[in-house]
Amino acid sequence: MPTQPQVQHDGRVVLDASDISRALTRISHEILERNKGAEDLLLLGLHTRGVPLAKRLAERIEAVEGVPVAVGSLDVTMYRDDLRRHPTRSPHDTRMPADGIDGKHVVLVDDVLFSGRTIRAALDAVSDLGRPDVVRLAVLVDRGHRELPIRADHVGKNLPTARTETVKVRVQEIDGADEVRILGDAAPEEA
Amino acid sequence: MRHLLSIDDVTADDIRTLFDTAAEMHDVQRRQVKKLPALRGRTVINLFFEDSTRTRSSFEIAGKWLSADVINLSAKGSSASKGESLRDTVLTVTAMGVDGLVIRHSASGSAEQVSRWVDVPVVNAGDGTHEHPTQALLDAYTLGRALDGIEGKHVAIVGDLTHSRVFRSNVKSLVKLGAQVTAVAPPTLMPAGVASWSKEAGFATTYDLDEVLPQADAVMMLRVQRERMSGGFFPTAREYTVGYGLTRDRLAMLREGTPILHPGPMNRGLEIAPEAADAAASLVLDQVSAGVAVRMSVLYHLLAGEEIA
Repeated sequence: MPTQPQVQHDGRVVLDASDISRALTRISHEILERNKGAEDLLLLGLHTRGVPLAKRLAERIEAVEGVPVAVGSLDVTMYRDDLRRHPTRSPHDTRMPADGIDGKHVVLVDDVLFSGRTIRAALDAVSDLGRPDVVRLAVLVDRGHRELPIRADHVGKNLPTARTETVKVRVQEIDGADEVRILGDAAPEEA
Repeated sequence: MRHLLSIDDVTADDIRTLFDTAAEMHDVQRRQVKKLPALRGRTVINLFFEDSTRTRSSFEIAGKWLSADVINLSAKGSSASKGESLRDTVLTVTAMGVDGLVIRHSASGSAEQVSRWVDVPVVNAGDGTHEHPTQALLDAYTLGRALDGIEGKHVAIVGDLTHSRVFRSNVKSLVKLGAQVTAVAPPTLMPAGVASWSKEAGFATTYDLDEVLPQADAVMMLRVQRERMSGGFFPTAREYTVGYGLTRDRLAMLREGTPILHPGPMNRGLEIAPEAADAAASLVLDQVSAGVAVRMSVLYHLLAGEEIA
């Protein structure tokens, strides 16, 4: 281990860059194993941080299998059930492969699995886009506290948390560094 | 942004936010399932006291694709034709529990007046000769996509400017977004005091169309609104066309590929020749499809979020 998780003023690091890298490598192998190869695979990253994670998983799978893997992005803003509780946000881009998602083996990729409401919204969004053969879910962190009957197929790390804690995922592509932190205060969760 | 009554209600940043959302809505238009659940359970009334095809159907489609329940009321066939006042009509429909009003009326300022009577968001879909903000937004959105941004671009707006709410809204939004606007019209159809409209360097007026065309990055032709004309604004239609129509000859004066816009409905042969309306660089139909996306964006931002007390 290059660095031990350490207590900092803004929370505790629970996964560092190499932990995240190993977790993603393991998940990419799990996805391949489960899918019996890379055929028809489509990795759909959920905005915001699921998108770069999906790209990294695709790169790893490509490195193993030697075939290109389709990656897309999905914005679920319009499908959220808590739209009326917040000021409106502009949706991000939803990008699908040109041949659509019908018959694909879709793997939704997100950073944190918490209440499950984002995934519920994502499933609705996917069904408006087409009919994949299967939909699976890969997350970097599962922190528990589900409010819906949803579970992940591939988990980077199970992270027992208190409901009042905040899990903060940072990724190189967006935040300039890879790490997962737990913040003790009851700051509102960014879903 | 509580209502959208005028381009004055939105900042340049608001407009960019609306356009970002509209771009996503535009993609939805190409999907097989053209439906987003963002306004599920919300009701929007389109209150049209003036004739309209594209604006009303565009708002209707926009609302429906966001899963809102959309009801269309037009003056013909409603109690307005029995002499009910605008205020009573508006209060009656809002008392049914609607969540948003889209209103078009021949009286300038009517949308703003309505917004004071009700506590739901109001969208101005054209009030007299005052403003038509969603049209200006969709024009700017369409132009921005065609020209890869409109900052610093030179847009000529040509036609019956006196009677045009589209013109008023467009000057405000294009100048706000950093474009140069030149208004071109015969003296009788140039609004009084137009030169004082914008202190910005980006706004100019002229009576000479031929001088403007070769320098324009885009040309927006506006309709000659005969229904608002009670007198001799120009001698004959032919004379108008010779002076201010985008004819085949004038088409040749434009730089190659200069986008041509027209908010419709077009008077072919009067302000715009068929060759121009159907030219490869004509954005007339792009404007229509952008209209749905931009109106979805407006309805979403006004109606989807938390309620503003």
